[in-house]
Amino acid sequence: MLIPCPHCGIRPVEEFTFLGDAKPQRPQSNDPATMDQWFDYVYLRDNPRGLFDEYVHHSGGCRSWMVVTRNTETHEIKACVPARDYKKKQS
Amino acid sequence: MSGFRLPNGGLIDRNQPISFTFDGKKYYGFKGDTLASALIANGIHLMGRSFKYHRPRGVITAGAAEPNALVELRSGGRKEANTRATMVELYEGLEANSQNRWPSLNLDVGATNSLGAAFFVAGFYYKTFMWPKSFWEKVYEPIIRKVAGLGTASKEADPDNYEKAYAHCDLLVIGSGPAGLMAALAGARGGARVIMADEQFALGGSLLFEREEIDGKGGLDWAQRVIAELAVMPNVTLMPRTTVFGWYDGNVFGAVERVNDHVAVPPVHEPRQRYWRIFAKKAVLAAGAEERPLVFGGNDVPGVMTASAMRHYANRFGVAAGENPVVFTNNAYAKRTVGKVLDVSDRKIVNVSGGKRVTGVELDDHSHVACDAVAMSGGWSPIVNLMCHRGAKPQWSEKITAFVPPNVGEAFVSVGAANGSMLLSEALREGAVAGTLKGKAPNIPSCHDETFVITPFWHVKESMGKAFVDYQNDSTAKDLPLAAREGYEDVELAKRYTTTGMATDQGKLGNVNAIALLAEATGKSMAEVGTTTFRPFYTPVSFGAFAGHSRGHHFQPVRKTPLHEWAEEQGAVFVETGLWMRSSWFPREGEDWLAAATREVLATRNSVGLCDVTTLGKIDIQGEDAGAFLDKLYCNTFSTLAVGKARYGLMLREDGIVMDDGTTSRLAENHFLMTTTTANAAKIMSHIEFCHQALWPDIDVTYASVTEQWAQLAIAGPKARATLNKIIDGAALDDMNTPYLAAREITILDGIEARLFRISFSGEHAYELAVPADNGNTVARALMHAGAEFGITPYGLEALSIMRIEKGHVAGAELNGTTTAGDLGLGKMMSTKKDYIGRMMATREGLHDANRQCVVGIRPVDVKDKLHSGSHLLKRGDAPSMTNDQGYITSVAWSPMLNMWLGLALLSNGRARYGQVVKVFDGLRNIHMFAEICDPMHFDTKNERLHV
Amino acid sequence: MKYSAFSIFTNALSGHKNWQPAWRNPDPKPAYDIIIVGGGGHGLATAYYLAKEFELKNIAVLEKGWLGSGNIGRNTTIIRSNYMLPGNNPFYELSMKLWEGLEQDFNFNAMVSQRGVLNLYHTDPQRDAFARRGNAMRIDGVDAELLDRDAVREMYPHFDYDNARFPIRGGLLQRRGGTVRHDAVAWGYARGSDMRGVDIIQNCEVKSIRTEQGRVVGVETSRGFIVCKKLGLAAAGHSSEVAAMAGIKLPIESHVLQAFVSEGLKPFIDGVVTFGAGHFYVSQSDKGGLVFGGDLDGYNSYARRGNLPMVEHVVEAGVAMIPALSRIRLLRSWGGVMDMSMDGSPIIDKTSVQGIYLNAGWCYGGFKATPASGFCFAHLIAKDEPQHTATAYRLDRFRRGYMLDEKGQGATPNLH
Repeated sequence: MLIPCPHCGIRPVEEFTFLGDAKPQRPQSNDPATMDQWFDYVYLRDNPRGLFDEYVHHSGGCRSWMVVTRNTETHEIKACVPARDYKKKQS
Repeated sequence: MSGFRLPNGGLIDRNQPISFTFDGKKYYGFKGDTLASALIANGIHLMGRSFKYHRPRGVITAGAAEPNALVELRSGGRKEANTRATMVELYEGLEANSQNRWPSLNLDVGATNSLGAAFFVAGFYYKTFMWPKSFWEKVYEPIIRKVAGLGTASKEADPDNYEKAYAHCDLLVIGSGPAGLMAALAGARGGARVIMADEQFALGGSLLFEREEIDGKGGLDWAQRVIAELAVMPNVTLMPRTTVFGWYDGNVFGAVERVNDHVAVPPVHEPRQRYWRIFAKKAVLAAGAEERPLVFGGNDVPGVMTASAMRHYANRFGVAAGENPVVFTNNAYAKRTVGKVLDVSDRKIVNVSGGKRVTGVELDDHSHVACDAVAMSGGWSPIVNLMCHRGAKPQWSEKITAFVPPNVGEAFVSVGAANGSMLLSEALREGAVAGTLKGKAPNIPSCHDETFVITPFWHVKESMGKAFVDYQNDSTAKDLPLAAREGYEDVELAKRYTTTGMATDQGKLGNVNAIALLAEATGKSMAEVGTTTFRPFYTPVSFGAFAGHSRGHHFQPVRKTPLHEWAEEQGAVFVETGLWMRSSWFPREGEDWLAAATREVLATRNSVGLCDVTTLGKIDIQGEDAGAFLDKLYCNTFSTLAVGKARYGLMLREDGIVMDDGTTSRLAENHFLMTTTTANAAKIMSHIEFCHQALWPDIDVTYASVTEQWAQLAIAGPKARATLNKIIDGAALDDMNTPYLAAREITILDGIEARLFRISFSGEHAYELAVPADNGNTVARALMHAGAEFGITPYGLEALSIMRIEKGHVAGAELNGTTTAGDLGLGKMMSTKKDYIGRMMATREGLHDANRQCVVGIRPVDVKDKLHSGSHLLKRGDAPSMTNDQGYITSVAWSPMLNMWLGLALLSNGRARYGQVVKVFDGLRNIHMFAEICDPMHFDTKNERLHV
Repeated sequence: MKYSAFSIFTNALSGHKNWQPAWRNPDPKPAYDIIIVGGGGHGLATAYYLAKEFELKNIAVLEKGWLGSGNIGRNTTIIRSNYMLPGNNPFYELSMKLWEGLEQDFNFNAMVSQRGVLNLYHTDPQRDAFARRGNAMRIDGVDAELLDRDAVREMYPHFDYDNARFPIRGGLLQRRGGTVRHDAVAWGYARGSDMRGVDIIQNCEVKSIRTEQGRVVGVETSRGFIVCKKLGLAAAGHSSEVAAMAGIKLPIESHVLQAFVSEGLKPFIDGVVTFGAGHFYVSQSDKGGLVFGGDLDGYNSYARRGNLPMVEHVVEAGVAMIPALSRIRLLRSWGGVMDMSMDGSPIIDKTSVQGIYLNAGWCYGGFKATPASGFCFAHLIAKDEPQHTATAYRLDRFRRGYMLDEKGQGATPNLH
């Protein structure tokens, strides 16, 4: 599998570490009433068969955290953007 | 008998004879022979015994699909079991032995299995071997395991080396027959970077043995001209002896190059094999097609082989498989083979006579034809494997009665016979088109086409005697209908139930025949039955190739601290901690680890000790928001930390469980230095990067790992300050300028920059001194010199452990990934005034359950008893059971200060049980003793020694 | 028809033409009392015990592909009961006891072979962790032994003791651990269920789940709509997809695990061994191939295949453990879809929908659990109460903070 790092170009998969679903957003509030949101954020996952946005760390390269959009059934990679850009777009 | 070598012809070099041994006897062949061709040339047709029935077997093919002629090649640490004789390039002194037979190939006791064949049908073992109950493991299975397998692997280490390499190209051509050569030529002439790989040691593919005419000359002649042109082009890499074994995501191909498998011993500094990862923009599969056997009685007698194999031996190796062969075929191509032709539409073979060598065939009209070899052909199967490795299935083609490759996109295409195009002109044209990446395709040479005509025909129903489908696993024509009858109808179930296609050849010859038999038994079409899943590896790959240089000591890198040299000088014994080599104790004459560590503890606590603590993670964090960032990472507060101070910090995971601890110091308003445990340094670094980039990307902070950039020493004990004062530049250290938990940037030894932290893991008045790595050894030696008058003693990880356990400090054994801050006795550190990682999930009820195990101190009731880490704890009087289990001992030490074994434990509701006596359970080490629960801080309970 | 040496003998005399199908191939009925989604090891075992132990009727198992095409047909066949947490090991020990009686129970030779599972250790902290685990086993009466280097060397002299980067220091041995022929487990449970009236419906994919007022009504499948009173989900790898049909979101990620087999060899390694300084475990099948594997590739996947870097990692670790492996050849690699849960432990529980029961989250450890999983899931479905060894496998343990985390890695599925 080859990942198109925006900083380093196309690099092989062994340079990267995968963390999981990038869609869940960390809640802003510490109010106990928001516990269900926190639980959702930490534990529950859509786990889609198909397109999936995942956190990927270029640990063996530029050390950037990125979000890769990849098809979990075919492994085809559609996009790879810096995590900060993905998160900015989300909010 | 020399008659099998033809008097002339073949691509062998008759001026270079080669001697080799097979089953202990010496024979001769020529350079250019394979082991198989040389054996046939010497009149040897019996080369192996099949798996189940131990039937005598000879070669069926001349290439990679060979299921029968498997030998043990070489000896000692170089021995390779299950090696196909058809793929072994003959070399001087080659040593080969047949397999799976006893006492000899010729007289194999295992052949008596054949007598029980009626019982040993597919799946028989699932229906029996169950009684009496104990017999499966005690009697049946040991026997089955002894006779299972084919060859015997060596148990000695492999003396050869292996390399790993990467290659990038615009065009990867797999196969060097007519289609492949045209593709490579087209790509290369257009300027593309081309790699052409072929599993054979000679390039040319089918042109090596088929008599074709291309461009008005012989096919091989044409091929050699093309190869010569390619060989001198700088943008072309020719890779013979290289099998492309797998197709992976990103159009990545795995391949193995047999660099030195064709010599007795690889030259010094050369690898035996090289594993390649090839990144190809486009790839062309020009691997050709595999000829199928026909399924008929006796189709496995030595001397029965595919028609193309017979031509291969004759034309390429100058070896006649027989003097008067019979050609049994359902298609026209096979009729090129010299012999008496039997077309299936005319006559069928129902049995072959001769046990160890063909002596004749019996036909369906009861006539008998004498012959000494049978060339069979059931059609051709495009070698689709690689294109199906990513989950696509091949398609059935009625036109050529075969499965052809699926469409998997533009980056990987098939050409020629691999594509189901059986005409030579098609191969040449498709290759040229596929290989043309830029500009015009090269001219297609003219050639003579032979029409491919085939009558779909699979097996002779009237067969007498066993008709084999999977040669190696001995599955026969009767097994497939049996599987269907019993409900294993799906092709995948039939495969598993009959083991068809599960041998070392992975069904290259047999799978399509099996599908046909299954189709017939179930009334489905070939397309409906379909194929089983194709998986890497196209042909088997040695473990060594994938391991490369990562063997023995080089399995993983060794990390040494900048103080390693100094520690070695001091006689340190090093122990692996992850990849690090950490100095663990410094034995003097006659000391074991315990004696050394005990002495080191006493010396440190009584005077001064010196320890290398470089491996603990160090992360430099700077920026206007650095303090606020640390407040997010730690459960306690750091933005309030004064400049010039250090603070112990506890980091949680987002699920509220403790992740790591360390001491973080503030060197300036916007400059912090974080430390982590050794084990978690890399993990915390990644975590910091994630938190900044993904969670709080807008804050002003920057960070770098500086673990290796700074050598760090702990100087601990009552004389620590006095020792340091002898190397510090400027004012001597005192409680005013360097109070407990101070963090200062200083210089030492006339200008070496350093950082000084007054922190203590040992509980003593102690410091940690960080200097740039290159100065490490110098500074360590200078400290040893400075502390000589105080008897300064180097101490290692063992002594460090003893001291921290005496003081009840938690470490890795207690931070086990399931403990909370509360469990560790650090619940008060969790701020309620700020957001931080883990704050919310830490409030879950289960993480505050009263029965949770928390850290306590533990001591044996009888001071003569020893404690062991991993022992469990029970209430006195409770019988051992998981329900009664109260916890376990996490860390133990022999305490020189208290003169007894003591430790830390995780005990259910432990903090309420100080003074209680518990039973220690250790079934592994047969220990029976009692212990008392106490405060984890065993020694210097008021922490007075910190301020001495 | 009972399987035995005698039945083989009599059938041989008639040319093996009279064997009955091991299971029927029925069309789905319009309604069942209980439907199990997933015709793999756990689903078939559940149906078997529902019929045999709890004597229930009118049960169907729906399998979207061919029987046993999921992880039951792809795993590396290891069985063991060497877990350390109180919520876990009694369950795995129940499974071990069921394995020990299985062949006689369902009249199919699953080749249960208890040749020992040895976990090597290479450092003191590892030894201590193994001691903790071994004593957790022993405290409950399960067999475990802590071996030193010499004892390991006696069992396996051809491992690397002298030249290793991480020298072997000893191992934790469970002698009752071993291997079982995985396909035979699916086939044995299938035949045993079918014989007791369970309809096993292959090529029947569940497309959606119909519920009314918080209760299950039935399932829409590729072979029509089927009514049911109770629905048991046992579709590991695809648990999230199936649960989503009922509006349930799970703490699970699907990951690829690769596994491998070597060419068949004469006896080379006797029991099951796991390397402690890298991810590698190996055993030798009764046909002679070395069956081995290592870690997950690391990325979410439903593709059932992985990539080369993990192949290299696994093989490097193998050669580090046994240098003689170098000359042996890998024959085939494959992959499966793992239900990686958020604490590494499984879920056997009711759900928020009345009548829907969930069996999921087995990570890569589901095979050894097959009998107990089937038994406990059947118990739950039949009695609406968890079996006593499976009480910790609740879905709400994540919400409440009662995770069963053997590895201590937390809410990151690919680290378990």
